Amino acid sequence: MSEVEKGQILTANRLSDGDVVFLTSSGEWSLSVDDAVLASEPTAAKALEVRGKEAEAANVVTGAYLFDAERRDGRVRAVHIRERIRTLGPSVRLDLGKQADGSGGAFPAVHE
Amino acid sequence: MYRYDEFDHRFVTDRVNQFRDQAQRRLAGQLTEDEFRPLRLMNGLYLQLHAYMLRIAIPYGTLNSRQMNRLADIAEKWDRGYGHLTTRQNIQFNWIKLEDTADILGSLAEVEMHAIQTSGNCVRNVTTDHWAGAAADELADPRPVAELLRQWSSLHPEFSYLPRKFKIAVTGAPNDRAAVKVHDIGLRMHLNDKNERCWEVIAGGGQGRTPIVGITVRDFLPEAELLAYLEAIMRVYNLYGRRDNKFKARIKILVHELGAEEFKRQVEAEYAKKGYTEVEVDQRELQRITSYFAPPKFANLSKWSPEFEQARLNDPGFARWVKVNVAPHRVQGYSIVNISLKPEGGIPGDITAEQMRVVAELALRFSFDELRVSHHQNLVLPHVERSSLYEIWKVLKSHGLATANLGFLGDIIACPGLDYCALATARSIPIAQGISRRFADIDKQEEIGPLKINISGCINACGHHHVGHIGILGLDKRGEEFYQITLGGSSSESASIGQIIGPGFAAEQVPEAIEKIINRYLELRHDRDETFLAAYRRLGAQPFKEALYASA
Repeated sequence: MSEVEKGQILTANRLSDGDVVFLTSSGEWSLSVDDAVLASEPTAAKALEVRGKEAEAANVVTGAYLFDAERRDGRVRAVHIRERIRTLGPSVRLDLGKQADGSGGAFPAVHE
Repeated sequence: MYRYDEFDHRFVTDRVNQFRDQAQRRLAGQLTEDEFRPLRLMNGLYLQLHAYMLRIAIPYGTLNSRQMNRLADIAEKWDRGYGHLTTRQNIQFNWIKLEDTADILGSLAEVEMHAIQTSGNCVRNVTTDHWAGAAADELADPRPVAELLRQWSSLHPEFSYLPRKFKIAVTGAPNDRAAVKVHDIGLRMHLNDKNERCWEVIAGGGQGRTPIVGITVRDFLPEAELLAYLEAIMRVYNLYGRRDNKFKARIKILVHELGAEEFKRQVEAEYAKKGYTEVEVDQRELQRITSYFAPPKFANLSKWSPEFEQARLNDPGFARWVKVNVAPHRVQGYSIVNISLKPEGGIPGDITAEQMRVVAELALRFSFDELRVSHHQNLVLPHVERSSLYEIWKVLKSHGLATANLGFLGDIIACPGLDYCALATARSIPIAQGISRRFADIDKQEEIGPLKINISGCINACGHHHVGHIGILGLDKRGEEFYQITLGGSSSESASIGQIIGPGFAAEQVPEAIEKIINRYLELRHDRDETFLAAYRRLGAQPFKEALYASA
């Protein structure tokens, strides 16, 4: 059994082009959910939110918020389908979005 | 079609320049998101799941080849090679960058297009019958009035900050193809006993979370009073509409809470006040606008086209398409061509840049350079000679645009849903695709007959599920998509709101559920002339409930 780490990830849309980004442990914003830092405690999640506010104020991203996710074998799966779609791109156009350019998450929108 | 005058050009160009400055200030950090959001929304720029989305207005769904070609250019240069036609006769691009948007708006302005008032609590794109000016059953082309309303409502200082968005639809035909009874204001043309044009004014209709069929406020309003009377309605709404609660802020709630009679009384009392006669429609201005919509120079054609008849005999695929997708025109020898954007398993309303160019070329060559977008997310070539139909069909067929399913089960309306939309609670498109594939057999669709399946991915009802003969609403149930089915809706002149048939279904169960409903209909209908909607109205929900849930 692989270890499953549960927690929250901070996401936003990049201001310049609206692309979906995730906050990493080094404080950068990555296009890939697998790079995201997973806050496993409420205090850590709060700290991520503070970073999000700072990035919004610095006009790097917009609309930052936390979502529930888990990390399995180094790959991140968002709990809710909405966030899984954001980590991939439209489920009806697999040729578009992160799933097409190599930055997509490992878990499909529905039915694993 | 309407052409911009000097004022229109300056106005739209000024707006592009303003937005360029606003976007630059936003990117430079001089504007916060809270400051910028209303500015970008006033220019049709939304932030969706994967990127910004730009909604471009196509006034009353009319456009020419130059404009369609420009949309194709935008799709290729600044988006991902396609666009999505909406249920409000507009087009959306899904992968827009903020840093490109001012250039895109500038490019649109060159072809007399913009994205103004495609969002926000203002009067949105005025919609109409997609067969306007061509339909055989039409009293008169409603587009001059739609354009008059567009000009009147564009940046109207009093109506730019309404309690909520406001949608107006207009029709000039007795068969309502513009869904006027489910709009904030619907206008329906009648002729009085002196053969003068009058307007039936319907108010308080709408879909969304509280679907309501509008009430008729006036049966025969003289055309000259149109703007003044609409102003009285808008004033009552602007004053008393519920600004305290977003979900109760549409005019339909006001009409519903006051009751039809009291609402009418208030409108009439407002209209009786001094000053309204001053906004009488200037007949010279209306004539000026009307001249832009003068019928094209139709040729004097014979009713009989030997080329057409020959092709129809020789090619059954063409014959079927003519039967299903081609509608009678008001002028002898001409037809209305409906281009279905609902191929088997396709994404309703999506069109590639290449297809846009193909259709633009056909419009230029064969339809007096006119195209229409329908609220069913299809395209129309409104004025085509019958002798050209075969050539057009061959071109459409070679570009995947000749699906012969107009008005049939496969002609499904679907909003973008959770695949794109930030508000959605479930996906719509895969449901449409699943149903489309299950009923891929066009013979079967033809046997079933006229049927509208409308799908929305959230309660806001952009997919018009409330007025689908079969409506499907996608919801979120503890993180899982599930779908509620409604039956008996209609947006026609006998409009009705669909009723929920029972407990919802998981995504993969929906096509089978639809099949059970259809099979029960086929068992119970009197004959092929009794449509699904007619049969449902005769039989009620019970037999369909039994078909869906009896064995469960």
